[in-house]
Amino acid sequence: MSTGPVSTGPVGDDRGTPRTLFEKVWERHVVHRAPGEPDLLFIDLHLVHEVTSPQAFDGLRLAGRRVRHPELTVATADHNVPTTDIDQPVADPISARQLEVLSKNCAEFGIACFPMGHPNQGIVHVIGPELGLSLPGMTIVCGDSHTSTHGALGALAFGIGTSEVEHVLATQTLPQRRPAAMAVEVEGELPLGVSAKDIVLAVIGRIGTGGGAGHVIEYRGSAIRSLSMEGRMTICNMSIEAGARAGMVAPDDVTFAYLEGRPHAPKGAAFERALDDWRTLPTDEGAVFDTTVRLDAATLRPHVTWGTNPAQVAPIDGSVPSPDQFADPAAREAVARALAYMGLQPGTPIREVPVDTVFIGSCTNSRIEDLRAAAAVLEGRRVRPGLRALVVPGSRRVRQQAEAEGLDRVFKAAGFEWREPGCSMCLAMNPDKLQPGERCASTSNRNFEGRQGRGGRTHLVSPAVAAATAVAGHFAAPEDL
Amino acid sequence: MEPVTVVSGRAVPLDRSDVDTDQIIPSDWLKRVERTGFGRGLFSEWRDDPGFVLNRPEHQGATILVAGPNFGIGSSREHAVWALMDYGFRAVVSPRFADIFRTNCTKQGLVPVEVDPELGRALLRAVQEDPGLEVTIDVVRLTIEAPAAGLAGRFPLDEFTQQRLLHGWDDVGLTLRHEPAIEAYERSLPDWLPRVAPNPS
Ligand code: SF4
Repeated sequence: MSTGPVSTGPVGDDRGTPRTLFEKVWERHVVHRAPGEPDLLFIDLHLVHEVTSPQAFDGLRLAGRRVRHPELTVATADHNVPTTDIDQPVADPISARQLEVLSKNCAEFGIACFPMGHPNQGIVHVIGPELGLSLPGMTIVCGDSHTSTHGALGALAFGIGTSEVEHVLATQTLPQRRPAAMAVEVEGELPLGVSAKDIVLAVIGRIGTGGGAGHVIEYRGSAIRSLSMEGRMTICNMSIEAGARAGMVAPDDVTFAYLEGRPHAPKGAAFERALDDWRTLPTDEGAVFDTTVRLDAATLRPHVTWGTNPAQVAPIDGSVPSPDQFADPAAREAVARALAYMGLQPGTPIREVPVDTVFIGSCTNSRIEDLRAAAAVLEGRRVRPGLRALVVPGSRRVRQQAEAEGLDRVFKAAGFEWREPGCSMCLAMNPDKLQPGERCASTSNRNFEGRQGRGGRTHLVSPAVAAATAVAGHFAAPEDL
Repeated sequence: MEPVTVVSGRAVPLDRSDVDTDQIIPSDWLKRVERTGFGRGLFSEWRDDPGFVLNRPEHQGATILVAGPNFGIGSSREHAVWALMDYGFRAVVSPRFADIFRTNCTKQGLVPVEVDPELGRALLRAVQEDPGLEVTIDVVRLTIEAPAAGLAGRFPLDEFTQQRLLHGWDDVGLTLRHEPAIEAYERSLPDWLPRVAPNPS
């Protein structure tokens, strides 16, 4: 096979034509390009967690390879960690082994690692931005589909499989075909009580679980620009739920203010130099997207999923749909199957569906602002008796900040359990699980069958709706209380 | 990865859309640190139902999985591909695959056969009616055929990936041919890029 021309540095710096943010970040990372081959991209930051990495490290050992850039690689323990009694040994021996293997692999290959109890530990997609590791214009990968989160900072960030994890460890590059560019434009002002989570649920409801396949989405428009970094992360996080490779938001003053002073963000003159560079990243006037989707922010309402994929979603004022409303026979069957699994009757108003459990957490909604939004609803109120409610902060730093602000006291006074950081009930690899048939209002990102525990029924909502639902005992918006 | 040229055999009709990787291999199974033994976990929650299509005697020993659109959505877990292959599948047919799943397939030699939706439906029906139907997927010609049902079609695969599958090439080895380009690129890294020291030992 021909190797094609070998480039001698960054290529494709074509300043003449208007380009999108995504194109700019892509082009500046092309290490090698040849006709008929995928581009070889340089990876600036490789994030690692315990679940998708052990087999990759094994592969390296088998081939006698080293990690090419351990200093561009950072690991954290998040999926398996218990969220109570973390000073005790991990009870599940298989989880314990996986966590131990991560620490051992990192020690062997010289990689920074944040195990359970470490001050920097947390969900991989929470700690990257909060430590200033994820910066505008970077390429970021992780063996985890929600790596799209980091795109909120103007990075090109996407999830990869374990073979690709091994490839990045060994070469710090990845062969990739360039995806198409999609614009999701959200203009207008969000109504009170409607959050970033509701925007992204509405987008997924509109374009479906495969609507973004083969695309990188850039979220644009006044409603996106007015969001905090946390809100932008929530939106980019769920890009994968629409099938997109990645989600991005152009870096602006909100981004720069968020980053300044973070532990790994550049300091002083280096920060100024970085800013000069980052300001060149936003999409040029006149740049062309392959697909554009438009949403009017003013018409949005809080959203609640009723089915078993994130596109099966409705405004909270709506009802559970009937399979008959769907023309396509395959869709009809999928809806009928989802309703059977979820134990829901067509036509039931969403607000009348009672819940057993409320989970506030996950890389979608476990940042400080999410906890503030939920606490604001819970202040002076109590969780409905008999309902189980937990808050799992996204990281140790988020947990500490929340405690400094007194949010933990608000949650505990309301009857929530205040937990240690990790993925927890988002995917139920640790002891936090739903029982079969239990119904949960969850701020996470996936309502797949069994995702939160075998037979569990998951409804995706925003932190404010989760909090209001915990008080009401059935789906509710804060305005209902 | 083992080279793969032709996959030929019986198929299992999984008539569902949006099959996510949490269904293919539930998270309980992700705690393992090995790459083998995931076949028992394949669709494990659905397999508790004796009527589930994978449990039917007429589909034992099948090597091809035929499913609805949006197959492999959700988590990036390559364990989904390991489970499908460990169970015995060598190809998956769907009108649309999730991107990460599709890439994971091609890293392991599981052939992702993306067919147009009509052929996908026709194939599902044909296999439901005749579980013994012989289906052949040819990675050289990029064709899928079930002559006994009168079905035939093509599927896309870029030349680079096709050659990798046909030869069973190791991706890392292919990339390291470009070592000089990587080294040159590394000399141009911006000074503000975060560099993190390992934990003190
Ligand atoms: S919080 Fe959930 S979605 Fe996010 S990384 Fe953890 S398991 Fe994955």
